[in-house]
Amino acid sequence: MVCTDNIDFTIPLQPATDRIMIKFVLMVNRQGQTRLSRYYHSVELSRRAALEADVVRYCLSRKKDQCSFVEYKDFKLVYRQYAALYIVVGITDSENELSIYELVHNFVEVLDKYFSRVSELDIMFNLDRVHIILDEMIQNGHIVETNKSRILAPLTTIDKMVDS
Amino acid sequence: MALKIVKGSIDRMFDKNLQDLVRGIRNHKEDEAKYISTCIDEIKQELKQDNIAVKANAVCKLTYLQMLGYDVSWAAFNIVEVMSSSKFTYKRIGYLAASQCFHENTDVIMLTTNQIRKDLSSPNQYDTGVALTGLSCFVTPDLARDLANDIMTLMSHTKPYIRKKAVLIMYKVFLKYPESLRPAFPRLKEKLEDPDPGVQSAAVNVICELARRNPKNYLSLAPLFFKLMTSSTNNWVLIKIIKLFGALTPLEPRLGKKLIEPLTNLIHSTSAMSLLYECVNTVIAVLISLSSGMPNHSASIQLCVQKLRILIEDSDQNLKYLGLLAMSKILKTHPKSVQSHKDLILQCLDDKDESIRLRALDLLYGMVSKKNLMEIVKKLMIHVDKAEGTTYRDELLTKIIDICSQSNYQYITNFEWYISILVELTRLEGTRHGHLIASQMLDVAIRVKAIRVFAVAQMATLLDNAHLLTGNMQRNGICEVLYAAAWICGEFSEHLENPVQTLEAMLRPKVATLPGHIQAVYVQNAAKLFATILKNQEGNTDSTAAQETSQMMIDRLPLFVQSANLEVQERASCILQLVKYIQKLQQKDVEVAEEVSALFAGELNPVAPKAQKKVPVPEGLDLDAWINEPPSESESEDEQPKAIFTKEEPKHSRPRHTEVDEKELARRREARKQEQANNPFYIKASPSSQKVYQEAPGVEHIPVVQIDLSVPLKVPATTPSHPTGLPMSDQYVKLEEERRQKERAEKKKKEKKKRKEKRSGRGKKHDSGPESEEDITPAHVVDIVTEEMPENALPSDDDDKDPNDPHKALDIDLDKPLADSEKLPVRSHRAAGAPKSSAEDGEAENATPQEPKKKSSKEKRDKKKDKERDRKRSKEEKKKKKHKHEEKEEDLLGGQAEEPVVQSEETKEVEAQPTSTSAEVSDLDFWLSNAPVPSNTQEAATVAEAAPAPEAPAGTAADSEPEEPKDTETEESKSSKHKKKKQKKEKEEKEKKKKKKHHHHHHHSDGGGEESVQNGTVEEEEPLPPMSNYCLLAENSYIKMMMEDADQVCDIQGNLQDGSQVVVSVIFENKSDSFLKSMEFNVLDSLNSKLQRPEGSGPHDGLTVPFQLPPGVSNEARFVFTVQSIVMPQKLKGTLTFIVKNEDSSTHEKLDFKLHFTCTSYLITTPCYSDAFAKLLESGDLKSSSVRLEGVNMPFHHLLARICFHHHFSVVERIDSCASMYSRSIQGHHVCLLVKTSGQTVSIDAKCDEPTLLGNVLDEIKQTFSQC
Repeated sequence: MVCTDNIDFTIPLQPATDRIMIKFVLMVNRQGQTRLSRYYHSVELSRRAALEADVVRYCLSRKKDQCSFVEYKDFKLVYRQYAALYIVVGITDSENELSIYELVHNFVEVLDKYFSRVSELDIMFNLDRVHIILDEMIQNGHIVETNKSRILAPLTTIDKMVDS
Repeated sequence: MALKIVKGSIDRMFDKNLQDLVRGIRNHKEDEAKYISTCIDEIKQELKQDNIAVKANAVCKLTYLQMLGYDVSWAAFNIVEVMSSSKFTYKRIGYLAASQCFHENTDVIMLTTNQIRKDLSSPNQYDTGVALTGLSCFVTPDLARDLANDIMTLMSHTKPYIRKKAVLIMYKVFLKYPESLRPAFPRLKEKLEDPDPGVQSAAVNVICELARRNPKNYLSLAPLFFKLMTSSTNNWVLIKIIKLFGALTPLEPRLGKKLIEPLTNLIHSTSAMSLLYECVNTVIAVLISLSSGMPNHSASIQLCVQKLRILIEDSDQNLKYLGLLAMSKILKTHPKSVQSHKDLILQCLDDKDESIRLRALDLLYGMVSKKNLMEIVKKLMIHVDKAEGTTYRDELLTKIIDICSQSNYQYITNFEWYISILVELTRLEGTRHGHLIASQMLDVAIRVKAIRVFAVAQMATLLDNAHLLTGNMQRNGICEVLYAAAWICGEFSEHLENPVQTLEAMLRPKVATLPGHIQAVYVQNAAKLFATILKNQEGNTDSTAAQETSQMMIDRLPLFVQSANLEVQERASCILQLVKYIQKLQQKDVEVAEEVSALFAGELNPVAPKAQKKVPVPEGLDLDAWINEPPSESESEDEQPKAIFTKEEPKHSRPRHTEVDEKELARRREARKQEQANNPFYIKASPSSQKVYQEAPGVEHIPVVQIDLSVPLKVPATTPSHPTGLPMSDQYVKLEEERRQKERAEKKKKEKKKRKEKRSGRGKKHDSGPESEEDITPAHVVDIVTEEMPENALPSDDDDKDPNDPHKALDIDLDKPLADSEKLPVRSHRAAGAPKSSAEDGEAENATPQEPKKKSSKEKRDKKKDKERDRKRSKEEKKKKKHKHEEKEEDLLGGQAEEPVVQSEETKEVEAQPTSTSAEVSDLDFWLSNAPVPSNTQEAATVAEAAPAPEAPAGTAADSEPEEPKDTETEESKSSKHKKKKQKKEKEEKEKKKKKKHHHHHHHSDGGGEESVQNGTVEEEEPLPPMSNYCLLAENSYIKMMMEDADQVCDIQGNLQDGSQVVVSVIFENKSDSFLKSMEFNVLDSLNSKLQRPEGSGPHDGLTVPFQLPPGVSNEARFVFTVQSIVMPQKLKGTLTFIVKNEDSSTHEKLDFKLHFTCTSYLITTPCYSDAFAKLLESGDLKSSSVRLEGVNMPFHHLLARICFHHHFSVVERIDSCASMYSRSIQGHHVCLLVKTSGQTVSIDAKCDEPTLLGNVLDEIKQTFSQC
């Protein structure tokens, strides 16, 4: 019976897109320039550019009185606008949109606290630091930390280390 | 001087950091690409330098450029260099770059393994942290396998910062390396109760994510999560947990009942919208999974709908959107509750936000009724007209069609209106959904017979105005409707008012610009039309008209004969020749119309798309059997030698011939499919076959739905003067309203109007049409012919899961004890004098490239089997639960007030004994059922009742629990049946849980404990199933011990040669009605085997069994023995002492038993591959022995299954009636078997490096088969 057959039941190779809650985080300005991008599943470089352009187009075309959730292909976009900067998060269908919406705001608050009045330039010039903050908050597509001081703790330690 | 310049330029190069780069890019807006390319050149120079600071700076810039979309994969090696810098600031840059640029196929990742491992174990927590973060982005299956153990260790790191990250990354590791899930799971579970909230939330995240994919494996965690849910204050964590429960409830309805209350409380209390939304969503999911009939069911739904209404009414567009989204979930199961908010939803249709309108559209589906369909569609049509983007307009279009066609056109009362709507929709330019409209037209025209006249007229107009539709044909999907129009006009051409005009329209030169498949339909239907026209004209005396028509055909058809499309060309030339022939006959004044129309005769009936699939294969027909026997093998064998000497030809040609046949067949099949797809007659009905079919069973079987229409069919004159000539559906709305008013008035008068008898489908049977719930009788008598199915169609088929889901690999039974082979690979230095017996181990670890993969494939296969078993098990479980559920219904309702506080204690108890999975399962049941513990008082009551009549104990017992024995009996038989089935399939014997499940069935209080007679009868009812490794150890009236010796665990860390361990699982079952406690298990050690006792205790002390047994309960304990030599079977004497506690007294009891360790029990099922197996046999180190079994009367695979099951072998290879099998002892002896069977004789040749062991194992195998 089962033990006697030699049929190979190997599962076919999995598709590249693992089902991850948060697929990517993007920061783009009104001109469509990417200011920060973080992918939580592997996307080819060439497709990233296309995706970013597409996503930005989608979000920029929406008016203020429209809701912040966009159905995009097989996933959803949650975006928030801060002055000229858009923060766009790609999430899977099953994720709670509102919680991501809040997370984006939380992220911006943390940035604000660290850079004291964050601006687009801060993000451009301190890309690595922004990445550290983001990595403290989101890891492989999941929310890890939402407490502001705990998010900033490693970064301040690192800064002290660099200074000394 | 020159040196200075060089130095200066180097300095500048050094100076350009990320900030400079960013600034530079901003300053070179015009020639950005050029600037960046010079930057990249600079970076390449920098990377060539030895200074790590320079390199890090360069990599940092590259990361930025990568974000801008530049390919930096060429610098992958430099990134690795920077990653391995000892300075944290640089390392961080390296890891950041890696996490951004690396992906699974980056080959330098292989080089990073050791670096990452070093960083993971770094004393600096930030080194570890950065490595973990990076790893989460680029972990590959190889990295996951190599580092799983390191990461697992980090899960218990002292710093919560590291624990948190390690826990989260485990999820990625599981995905890439599923084998790691089981070993890591216990620790992951621990982290759910980590003191640090961050770690806790990480663990919740991971487990939720795992559980949502394969919920059934995580059901046992429900109590723990429940506790977390009621205690956690972190909304993000709460959302995760609630989501998880949403995934669990479909598997366990009782869980749903338990959840409703806390969830509704949260809905009432929370101020966080995200949490509220999640709760509502989960409540909806729970209610969907619960069967209806719950008392507070509707209240919860009402609450949800109310809350959602608040969301939708909110000015925040986000909330509005989500509210509608959630509403659509309710709509599926509770349409009534949503319908009451119709006003709000219709209002949302006018929202300025497209996303919101789309959501509202989704809901409309459930809002329509006969009364308001026209009104809603009218509204939608207005939206269609002013829709700005094509996407939204297309969405509207599909929604309109969905709404109208739903449940077999249930809500349409006036089909003329619907056809007009469809025709109006064809005016949409650039829509992608032309084919959708077309199929609706076809469907309605075919199935609603009464509408054909109207439809044909409309379609003729469409054809006439085809040029309006086909302005820019190439990108215009709307021309698809012409396909439908042409077909309808051709097929029902008898209804055409002016067929000649239509024929002319169909043969216009412009048609040649249409897509090929549409042209083909045009040509074919032109022929049909032609036939009709001939028929009409032949009646006339004037024959010139007929001849003119023929001439027109002959003039116009050549255009199509030249078509590049094969289908068009073929049909056109065929028909052209036919018409030419007809013309010839006409000139001779021969009557041809009858014969021509015979070409297209036959009634059409719609056939359900799945009809063909559902025709069962007739008995006796074997589709796989050869129709002609293929040339037999022996024949070819005979011929082969000849072929060597003669020409190669004959030998070659035969197989090729069959191959060609195969290909040819496939090709034909493909062609046929193609043809069928393009052929409008195929699915609808091929006239001839349909006819045959109809004649056989008679026409009565075709279900016909009748709708009464009281207003005579009126085809509005299509005005050619009107620019488009298309009707307005609005007039039908008006007509319909008038009709309804009239009807109402008539009803008031109670005048029963005689319904106008319409052509009733030639004596077909009429079923009563869809009942008009709202006093609206549909206009016209319309037959809606439902789709035909073959009479003996099979019930609908179900779909399977997506096989590509990566989480499938994670569908792993987490309760099963860990097997030796499943431990995570630990990289360690092998001892110099590695034992020869672990040769196989070495092979696996030597990491020959294909070995691990092979292994994993094998393991996956095993897992698959596990899954299969799991599925079965869950089925069984369900059955059981159902049963229990019934039993405890009362308790459930009564005991609902019981608070989780009580249960959490219970949970802790489970946590205390993680090994005893049975406890967990039963505990979950208990937790879910909310039933009070089978308390002593209750039990006492039963006894007290029994006491006054001791002479008839059985009778009273039966009286007090009349249902129980019967239930148990049926259940038992059920379960044993299941068991047999399962066991046949079983490969591994470590199937403990299941058995434990089985033991749950023994939970019956059989009256008085001291009635040994009764106990005896109970015993007889439960024969041990044929293939169980549990055997009765000992029993008395109080307790029964069952032993399973199958489960060995070798201490993987220790040296296999001196410390071998055997784990014995013993099930204790309390058969009395007293409480059993202070159980002590003791065994008299022999020289060879010793019971492992906790440190500090003497060699003769007993082991305390870590649980107490309430009446009727069984539980399992495991004891570890150390065994020196394993070549001989052995017996150990032991005693179990325990205290029997009754109401008033407690007594000491004892039970003696004998543990029998067979040699088989020292064997571990170890997979082995045929090449390794062959090598082993060739090595010559093995002694051989053999045994013959006579009179074995069972199929070969059963035989093998038995050997696998009872003696822990695995099959290496099986060829016909011969199989090689392999197993390994806990001390690393290889045992190889070659099993052959012929008739009733089975011969087993065996080889092993330990002859004594082999002899004993063979004896045991022999014994196994002599018993059966």
